[in-house]
Amino acid sequence: MATAVKANRVKQKMVASRLLQALPILILATFIVFSLMQLIPGDVAVTLAGENASAERIAQIREAYGLNQPFLAQYGDWLWRAAQGDLGASLLSGEPVAQTIARTFPNTLLIAVYAVLLSVLVGVPLGILAATRSGSPLDSGIMGAASLGVAVPNFWFGMILVLYLALTFKWFPATGFVSPREDFSAALWYATLPALALCTNGIAEVARQLRSSLVEIQSSQHVRTLHAKGLSPARILWKHGLKNVSVNLLTVVGLLFNKILAATVVVEAVFAIPGIGSSIVNAVLQGDFPVVQGAVLAMVVTVILVNLFTDLACTALDPRINEL
Amino acid sequence: MNTSTVTDQTTPEVWDEPGLARRTLNWLRGDPRAALSLVVLVVILGAAVLAPWLAPHDPTAQNFDQMLNGPSAAHWLGTDDLGRDVFSRLMHGGANSLYAALLAVSVALLIGVPLGLIAGFAGGWTDTLISRVIDTFLSFPAIILAVAVTGAMGIGLTNAMFSVGLVFAPQIARLIRARTLVVRQELYVDAARCFGASPLRLLLRHVLPNAIQPVIVQSTLLLAVALLAEASLSFLGLGVQPPDVSWGAMIARGYLYMSIVPEQMYAPGLIIMITAVAFNALGESLRAALDPTIKGHG
Repeated sequence: MATAVKANRVKQKMVASRLLQALPILILATFIVFSLMQLIPGDVAVTLAGENASAERIAQIREAYGLNQPFLAQYGDWLWRAAQGDLGASLLSGEPVAQTIARTFPNTLLIAVYAVLLSVLVGVPLGILAATRSGSPLDSGIMGAASLGVAVPNFWFGMILVLYLALTFKWFPATGFVSPREDFSAALWYATLPALALCTNGIAEVARQLRSSLVEIQSSQHVRTLHAKGLSPARILWKHGLKNVSVNLLTVVGLLFNKILAATVVVEAVFAIPGIGSSIVNAVLQGDFPVVQGAVLAMVVTVILVNLFTDLACTALDPRINEL
Repeated sequence: MNTSTVTDQTTPEVWDEPGLARRTLNWLRGDPRAALSLVVLVVILGAAVLAPWLAPHDPTAQNFDQMLNGPSAAHWLGTDDLGRDVFSRLMHGGANSLYAALLAVSVALLIGVPLGLIAGFAGGWTDTLISRVIDTFLSFPAIILAVAVTGAMGIGLTNAMFSVGLVFAPQIARLIRARTLVVRQELYVDAARCFGASPLRLLLRHVLPNAIQPVIVQSTLLLAVALLAEASLSFLGLGVQPPDVSWGAMIARGYLYMSIVPEQMYAPGLIIMITAVAFNALGESLRAALDPTIKGHG
C-alpha cells in the first residue's frame, strides 16, 4: 500500500513538472511564430498591403496591425488576441484565420491520424517478426524495405499510388476529399491513398525501433535467465519484451505524429486536399501572412500538446515507476 | 611549458594509431554496404557536377517537334512537355538538389555547433535559455516552419534551403551540447585549463574535436533529409524556380503529365530515393565505425 501511494506521489510530481516545462515552450513558440513576420524584407506594411497598394491602404494596414508600435508591444497585443481565439483575417478573402483553421484542420488531422494508425498497425508486426527472426533473410528483407521506406519521398510515392491504385485499377479516387463531418466512411475512403503515402516513413521507423529494442532486450541477462527457467518464447516476448518497449514505442509514435503532420503539407498538394497544410502553402505563395502565422501556430500548439500527452502517458505506463 | 605539449600527450604515440587514409580503407573494406554507398554517391555527384560537359543535351533547349516522348536512342529518358531532354535535366537537376542539401546542412552546422558548444560549456542560465529555445524549435513540424520562413524571406532555392538549415540547426545543437557536457568533465580539459588555456582555446582545441563525432554521423543522415526537403519545397513551388531545374521540380512537372507519360516522374523520384538510401547507409556505417562502444562488440 505504502509503495503505491509513493508511486502515485512521484507520478503527480512528474506530471506537474512536465506541465510546467511545457508552458515556456508554448510561449516561446508563439514568439517564434510572431517573429516570422520580422523576416519579411523591407517595410512589412507595404508587403502586407500587396502590389500597387495606395498610400492610404498601407497606412490602414500599419494601423490595423499596430506596426507603428514597438515590437514587444505588437507581440503582446497579438498574443492577447490569439489567446482569445482572434488570429486576424486573411488579407485576400477576409475570412477570419480562426475560421480557416477550423475549416481545414480536421481534414489534415484525419489523414495524419489515419497514417499514424497505419504505421503502428503495420510497423509493429513487422518489427516483431524481424526481431524474433533476427539474422534471417526475412529480417534482412524487412530491414531493407525499411531503409527504402525512410528514403522514399512520400509525395512521390503518393503519385505512384494515384497512378496505379486510382488511375489504372480504379480502386480509389485519384484526388479530392470528403469532409469527415459530412460522410465519415466516404471520408475514410478518400483519405486512404494520402494516408498510405504518408505512412511509409512511419512503418519503417516503428519497425526499426521496435526491432532494435526487442533485440536488445532479448540479448539481456534477465531474458536469458527466463529462457533457462523454461518460459516459452511467446510468453517472454509478451510479458518481458513488449511491455518493456511499449514506453519506447509510445515516444516514437509521438515523434512520428510530428513528422507526419509536417509531411501533410506536400501530400495535401498531391491529392488536392483542402487541409491546413495546403492553406499554409497557398498563403505563402500569395503573401497572405496572417493565415501563415495562424495556421503554423495551430500546428505547433497541436504538436506541443501531443508531445505533452505522450510524455504523460509514458509516465503512467513506465513500469519502473510502478515498482517503486 | 605551453599547452600544445599537453595536447600532444592526449594522443600518445605508443598506440601507433594508423593514419586517416588507412583507417578509412579498413572501414570501407569491412563494410561493403558503406563502400557501395560511397561509390553510388561519387557517381551521382560526379554526374551532377560534370553535367555541363557530360550531359548529352542542353537541359533548357526546347524542341516542340518532340514533346512528351518516351525513351529513345537520342533521349534516353524521353522528353518533357517542352521537348527538353529528361536525362540531361536529371543531371543538371542533381547539381541543384545536391547543392541544396549541402547548403542546408552547412547552415545547420554553422548555427548548431556554436550554439551547442556554448550551451554545454557555459552551463547555468545560458544553457537553460539555449536548451529551451532548442526544445521549442524541435516541436515545430520541420517542413512547415521551413515553408513559413521561406514565405517570409522570399521564394527561391537558396532561401528555402537556408530555412531548412535553420530548422535542422537545433538537432545539431542538442547533439553537440550533450557531448560537450561529457567532454568538458574530461581530465585533459581540466589539465589544459590548469595550464591557462583560454576558454576559446579550450573549446576549439579540446572540446570541439572530441564532441564532433556524433555530429559527423548526424550530418550525413541530415543530407538525406535535406534532399527530401528540397524535393518537397521545389514540388510546392517554393524552391527552385524555372528555368532552373532540380529533382523535386522535375517530379512536379512529371505529375502534371502523369496520365500521358508516367515514366517522366519515375526517374527523379528513384534517383532521390537512391541518393537518400546511400546517405543513410553511409551515416549508419559511420556511426558504427566511430562509436567505440559498438566497436567493442562488433
